[in-house]
Amino acid sequence: MTKVSMTVNGKAVARDVEARRMLVDYLRQDLDLTGTHVGCDTSQCGACVVHVNGKAVKACTMLAAEAEGAKVTTIEGMASSDDDLHRLQVAFNDHHGLQCGFCTPGMIMSAAALLSENPTPSEAEIRHYLEGNICRCTGYHNIVKAVLAASGQDSAALAAE
Amino acid sequence: MYNFEFVRPSSVADAVAALADEDAMALGGGQTLLPTMKARLAAPTKLVSLSGIDGLSYVKTGGDSVEIGGATVHADVAAEVADAFPALAALVARIGDPAVRNRGTIGGSVANNDPAACYPAAVLATGGTIVTDKREIAAEDFFQGMFATALEAGEIITAVRFPVPQAAHYEKFAQPASRFPLVGIFVARFASGVRVAVTGASESGVFRWTEAETALSSDFSADVVEGLTPSADGLIGDLHGTPTYRANMIRVMTARAVAAAG
Ligand code: FES
Ligand code: FES
Repeated sequence: MTKVSMTVNGKAVARDVEARRMLVDYLRQDLDLTGTHVGCDTSQCGACVVHVNGKAVKACTMLAAEAEGAKVTTIEGMASSDDDLHRLQVAFNDHHGLQCGFCTPGMIMSAAALLSENPTPSEAEIRHYLEGNICRCTGYHNIVKAVLAASGQDSAALAAE
Repeated sequence: MYNFEFVRPSSVADAVAALADEDAMALGGGQTLLPTMKARLAAPTKLVSLSGIDGLSYVKTGGDSVEIGGATVHADVAAEVADAFPALAALVARIGDPAVRNRGTIGGSVANNDPAACYPAAVLATGGTIVTDKREIAAEDFFQGMFATALEAGEIITAVRFPVPQAAHYEKFAQPASRFPLVGIFVARFASGVRVAVTGASESGVFRWTEAETALSSDFSADVVEGLTPSADGLIGDLHGTPTYRANMIRVMTARAVAAAG
């Protein structure tokens, strides 16, 4: 067992874990932060996306030990309270960017990373950036709409597919 | 995944020492190695992370070459070579997806030499150099077939150096599920001639299509490629495409790459 320490959603945490502990299991099982999901565990689906030092990563494909000393943000860190959701969460709600909601934590975290790199992405840029996030329900259209809306752009212009 | 011992040394010398153990493996960004270990296709007893080593993540541009530190992640390469070597930036910006590009490293990709990886095509087409903790290896000598390279046990890639061509383009026909190229072509035009590297297609990994190189060196046009017929011998046949299909794709993608390189 090794001690792995990091800052998660602004809080310093430390746990003794096996070397093979993945970051996603550290978050979900050791810290009980179950908002981050595991869809595939093979780096395909993006349900596990979190930010490590501000960068989107697939937490199922990063060792917890590699995040030693890092600043990690998960979906739980996006809203300060139920009444004060992140603008992406509001937009997903307004534009029906989710159905079952399984992919949503990863979608929000990826979309947040996109908006921090590129505050007003085009529809094509949004689709390209979300390539590593799979949604079985929505057909993506409303997710793209929600990201457009969250970036302050006109999402009504997006043609129905 | 079986458990292992994890170490994160802070210098190349310490990493080399840690890798001296039998069954120790170097860990770059882990975007290939960790899934491989989950599938129990690899079971190192010790992982030596290269992420804690200072000075292994950088991009140096200048003159007519670009040098990239072995532990540099794809996202940083894409951003930092955009002006100096736009064709390489475009290749890197389409590896995997954004989250994978934030972890995966150039050293990891090149050391793994997946027959469908993108980076090896750029290294081979430009006649690049792989710099390790003990020597420099020319691309020609480095790639030795599917998942095989000239690296010795415990040898670490510290940098990769690319001569910057006068014109270049990477054309990738992505397999939509994996986002790896079904066929990827890197065309590089230098004053001394044209080089064409093919990835994704061959059972022996990345290779140069010399017939196209000769033709393109005297007439750099897509038309000249249209007249060639790449051989299907030794090409990969799987559920995504037969060897004949891949051979045809080599011609089509090379013509597109030449047209785009201008
Ligand atoms: S659970 Fe990590 S990518 Fe699917
Ligand atoms: S809302 Fe169900 S998977 Fe995306």
